[in-house]
Amino acid sequence: MIANLPFVAVALLIGIAFAMILLKYNMIKMIMGLGILEGAVNLFLVALGYRESGIAPIFTNSPANGSAMVMPTVQALTLTNIVIGVATMALMLVFVMLVYKKYGTVDANEMRRLRE
Amino acid sequence: MNVDFLTASLPALLITVPLFGAFLTPVCGRFLPNARDAWVILTSIVSSAIAVLLAVQVYAKGTIVYVFGAAPGLGTIPADSGGMPIRILFHIDGFGVFMLISAAIVSFAGILYLTVSQSRRSSRSEFYALYLLLVAGIFGMVSTDDLFNFFVFLEINSLAASALTAYHRNGGLAIEGALKYLIINTVGGLMILFAIGLLYAKYNSLNMAVIASQLSLTTLNLLALILLIAGLATKAGVVPFHFATPDAYSVAPSGVTTLMIVASQAGLYGLFRIIFSVYGSMFTPAAVGWIVIILGVLSMFIGVTMAIPQKDIKRLLSYHAVSQTGYMLLGVGTALAIFDDTTLINTFGRMAMEGGLFHIINHALYKGLLFLAVGAVIYRTGVWNLNQMGGLGHKMKWTMIFFLIGTLAIAGIPPFNGFASKLMIYESTFAFNPAIAVIAMVVSILTLASFMKVFHSVFMGPELPEYANVREVPKRMLAGMAILAVFVIAFGFVPDLTVNILIAPAADALLHQEQYILCVLGGG
Repeated sequence: MIANLPFVAVALLIGIAFAMILLKYNMIKMIMGLGILEGAVNLFLVALGYRESGIAPIFTNSPANGSAMVMPTVQALTLTNIVIGVATMALMLVFVMLVYKKYGTVDANEMRRLRE
Repeated sequence: MNVDFLTASLPALLITVPLFGAFLTPVCGRFLPNARDAWVILTSIVSSAIAVLLAVQVYAKGTIVYVFGAAPGLGTIPADSGGMPIRILFHIDGFGVFMLISAAIVSFAGILYLTVSQSRRSSRSEFYALYLLLVAGIFGMVSTDDLFNFFVFLEINSLAASALTAYHRNGGLAIEGALKYLIINTVGGLMILFAIGLLYAKYNSLNMAVIASQLSLTTLNLLALILLIAGLATKAGVVPFHFATPDAYSVAPSGVTTLMIVASQAGLYGLFRIIFSVYGSMFTPAAVGWIVIILGVLSMFIGVTMAIPQKDIKRLLSYHAVSQTGYMLLGVGTALAIFDDTTLINTFGRMAMEGGLFHIINHALYKGLLFLAVGAVIYRTGVWNLNQMGGLGHKMKWTMIFFLIGTLAIAGIPPFNGFASKLMIYESTFAFNPAIAVIAMVVSILTLASFMKVFHSVFMGPELPEYANVREVPKRMLAGMAILAVFVIAFGFVPDLTVNILIAPAADALLHQEQYILCVLGGG
């Protein structure tokens, strides 16, 4: 049970994130929701990579039986995704800032000028 | 640095050249502003040439598997890795090069056009840099064999595309479109990453061929498939995930929209790759095939009905782009629905598949041509609204001819390329289910009607006094359109040859999952 706790947290975070993205009309809050979604996915990836008493695969540390080393693939994925997330988040916030300058609002309901 | 080494490194250069060119463009713009246009065009020529060379190699010798960071001839699987490819692989087969050729043609035509149409704008260096990044993102998506790598290129693709969309603010409209596009694509991207996590948890590998070879159908794998389909359909702009696509297409600079169509099709590539090459023989194909067909029919129909009432000319074209994506899904989905029945596949399934794939490259070419022609009109008049245009055919003859070629191609009039692929789709879907073929034809007629309206209101009629000073666009913009027009006509005149050379290898690559796995795991 305790080992599944991270996955429960992931499920909760994804639920909160989607609720924010779908229910909130404030663009900043929607982007916060996206941030939470990204955090949830990152947590999911890292939780997948955890192995009981596993160690990092550094050659000089290798244990005699050689069985307890864990490939750090998911950690690498998480790190990459954090960097991508920062770039995405920055670009989205810049867009919201510029939209606010032009429209004077960050409400998603007001952002319908393309439809007209 | 001999020729053999360069030839062997082409898959790496495919990504390196546009990335290198992209990051040097601002440097070039800072110190040698006069050489900047030449630099970006040169980069585009070289990267397109690499894509074409790769295609020639693949057609001559078969699939290329390139292992990053390994000495040549070391093989895909290191001896001490326990049968897992540790390094990142590029796996370029018939389907991959087909997409590469489409991206190569369109990106080159687009940059020729943009170097002129952007000449009056500021901060062009960064604009071209983003354009080349988008090219790198597309090239990477269609050649990689590593799921996470695919995700990274997808994000490069989405970020570059949305930044380019927002480049001309246009009173905030462009930023609104870009913001919607980025938010929706980010959600889609994270769904894909979650699915990749699910697959990695089970199979300890990110390599598509390894996953394909071990896949069994469990609930979690099914969840991963659903998430992947949803995420990639979002990227491809398929109904019901199409909200942001017309918003972004209609406000992006026209030369960029042209490339964004190929960028969306890279999402379609991922969708077909996952369904055929990774999941392939695992599921009862009929169910998934029908899902794809229904998505296709919905896209076709909703796209065209939304397009007809539009006043904004680029928004109208954008909805038609959603509609045309439906044809591709319909063709490939029909083949998927009868995937396990060899007789049916041989009688009409293969033709459906080839028709759907043929439509991918055809759509990239003629819709690119239409967007460039419309961009030329907007470049000269500054007007987006159809009702305010008219009589431009007197002043912009070449643009009118190119637009007419695109119009006839998208409506499926012989002898243009749209006719060839649509005919293949009609014939094969009629054998599969006549009702669907009828819907496809009705959509085609509506498309023709809609484009006749556009053509008439933009180019026909008497000369309007407010456009007395309008002139034809510069030659380089016309050259960009001419490149696409030449391919539209050529593919239409020799459809058999095109299908044999370009499309059949792509269809083979998708239909033979075992070949896909063998290329990586077979010790090759």
